[in-house]
Amino acid sequence: MELSQNLLHIIYLLASLSFILGLKMLSHPKTARNGNLIAGVGMTLAIFATIFLYHNAEGAPIGNLPLIFLGLIAGTVIGYVMAKRVKMTSMPQMVSFFNGMGGACAALISLNEFGKYTENNYVETLLNGHVLMILLGIMIGSVSFAGSMIAFGKLEGKIKDYVLPRQQLFNVLLLVIILGLGAYLMVQTEGKTGLLYIITLLSLLYGVLFVLPIGGADMPVVISLLNSFTGLAAAFGGFLYGNRAMLTGGILVGSAGTILTILMCQAMNRSLLNVLVGAFGGQSGQAAATSTEMGVIKEITLNDCAILCNYAQRVIVVPGYGLAVAQAQHITHEFESVLEERGVEVKYAIHPVAGRMPGHMNVLLAEADVAYDKLLEMEEANPLFKNTDVVLVIGANDVVNPAAKDDPTSPIYGMPILDVDESKTVVVLKRGMSAGYAGIENRLFFNDNTRMLFGDAKSSLEKLVKELKNI
Amino acid sequence: MSEIFHFLGQHIEAIYILALSIFLGIEVISNVPAVLHTPLMSGANAIHGVVIIGAIIVMGQADPQNYLALALGFIAVVLGTLNVVGGFVVTDRMLEMFKKKDKK
Repeated sequence: MELSQNLLHIIYLLASLSFILGLKMLSHPKTARNGNLIAGVGMTLAIFATIFLYHNAEGAPIGNLPLIFLGLIAGTVIGYVMAKRVKMTSMPQMVSFFNGMGGACAALISLNEFGKYTENNYVETLLNGHVLMILLGIMIGSVSFAGSMIAFGKLEGKIKDYVLPRQQLFNVLLLVIILGLGAYLMVQTEGKTGLLYIITLLSLLYGVLFVLPIGGADMPVVISLLNSFTGLAAAFGGFLYGNRAMLTGGILVGSAGTILTILMCQAMNRSLLNVLVGAFGGQSGQAAATSTEMGVIKEITLNDCAILCNYAQRVIVVPGYGLAVAQAQHITHEFESVLEERGVEVKYAIHPVAGRMPGHMNVLLAEADVAYDKLLEMEEANPLFKNTDVVLVIGANDVVNPAAKDDPTSPIYGMPILDVDESKTVVVLKRGMSAGYAGIENRLFFNDNTRMLFGDAKSSLEKLVKELKNI
Repeated sequence: MSEIFHFLGQHIEAIYILALSIFLGIEVISNVPAVLHTPLMSGANAIHGVVIIGAIIVMGQADPQNYLALALGFIAVVLGTLNVVGGFVVTDRMLEMFKKKDKK
């Protein structure tokens, strides 16, 4: 048994190292895929080592094996199928969903552990670190679960933004109540399971209310934050069982996730607090300008647009979430190839938060075989717009909204944008005149050098390619 | 207060790991390009699925007569596995796209 315990510890060490190495390799494009694989192998090792080598303090091995394997198999099959079936456009909500599962798992463990702890041990007081870890695991796990589910629903378009009156105050109050009840529970002399359930329910409620008012455009930041929450919850679980793999894995994700969240906020030039408290979608001062005040929009016919692109020297495509929704990445690539054959230089300008998540557009375009060197980051693209004949904005809106530069009352003020208005002509492919995800008008559409091409991005592009071939 | 000190003293090793891991986590991903933000988040998401180990331990020690504990443990194992498997597979699918690009 001594041998098996030592072996278990060594495997946990290897697993922890694989997590560190995995994260490190995930930060570089070339090694990323292998990094993910390494972490996966480490995880698999740790799971099986736990099943076969773990013994508790009394020397009892893991029991209930049939049920455990049943659970593992069920989870594997469901998880694998879901992950394989999900469309590339729905990746962000899938990540959120899986994150919620982890949070729920952490909360359930802590709930279970509380029952066991108060039953089995002769407990003089609950005022100790063990109970604190259990409580934190439950609170953070529940918040992460409920929040992730709301984020999932929002990205799926099933849940709208709600801001209750005085919601910020209410949220703070709720948080104080949860912490107060937790403290109260700890000074009791016996385990009050009912109270613990109340704390769990309130934590779930807090998770819902925490995410509900935050606009859909900010969901990636929220998901990343909840991701690091779940990491913390896992680490508290590691504390409970003195399990070092859980501890290192959880804390690593907790701290890396926090940094990643901050990096994402920086890409939008906003602070985390601003994202969380700013309540983007709500009633933020957007009464500024309505479409009538902004002037008239000018439409362009397919034929004109095709001619314009055909005789251009350089065309830059600005893809946005609309392109992803319309599944237009492949036809965009075809459009690009036709133009390239005619000697037109075609590039893609990718805003850091284009799509629903940073890097989302790159993944989508790569799926359509767009060459890597055609994708320009914002810093590379912005100087080029001056010498660009046609910019094709496909389903993007907020990332090209000049209000971010010159309208301090705009909710997106301060976010760096793609300076498409500097080019000779901007053609905007758009379904209709609805506002972007941030829910604000875009003055770009009313500019003198902007032309609108209304319709579904995919069918518009298909027609455009056809027109091009006729020229 | 003494309980807290007692707890800290007992778990000093874990606290070391905790403190060092925090810095490690920050250090390890500090140079990530924006392109990789989503896959990295997804990969990290899979890694915190390590909580499954806790679920297995809980389940493995549950009294076979205690149906509530068994049910909670079972759900925890399923959810934890979902997190691990789904997380890694989704991340791999995202990164697969990048690989294709490299070949060109």
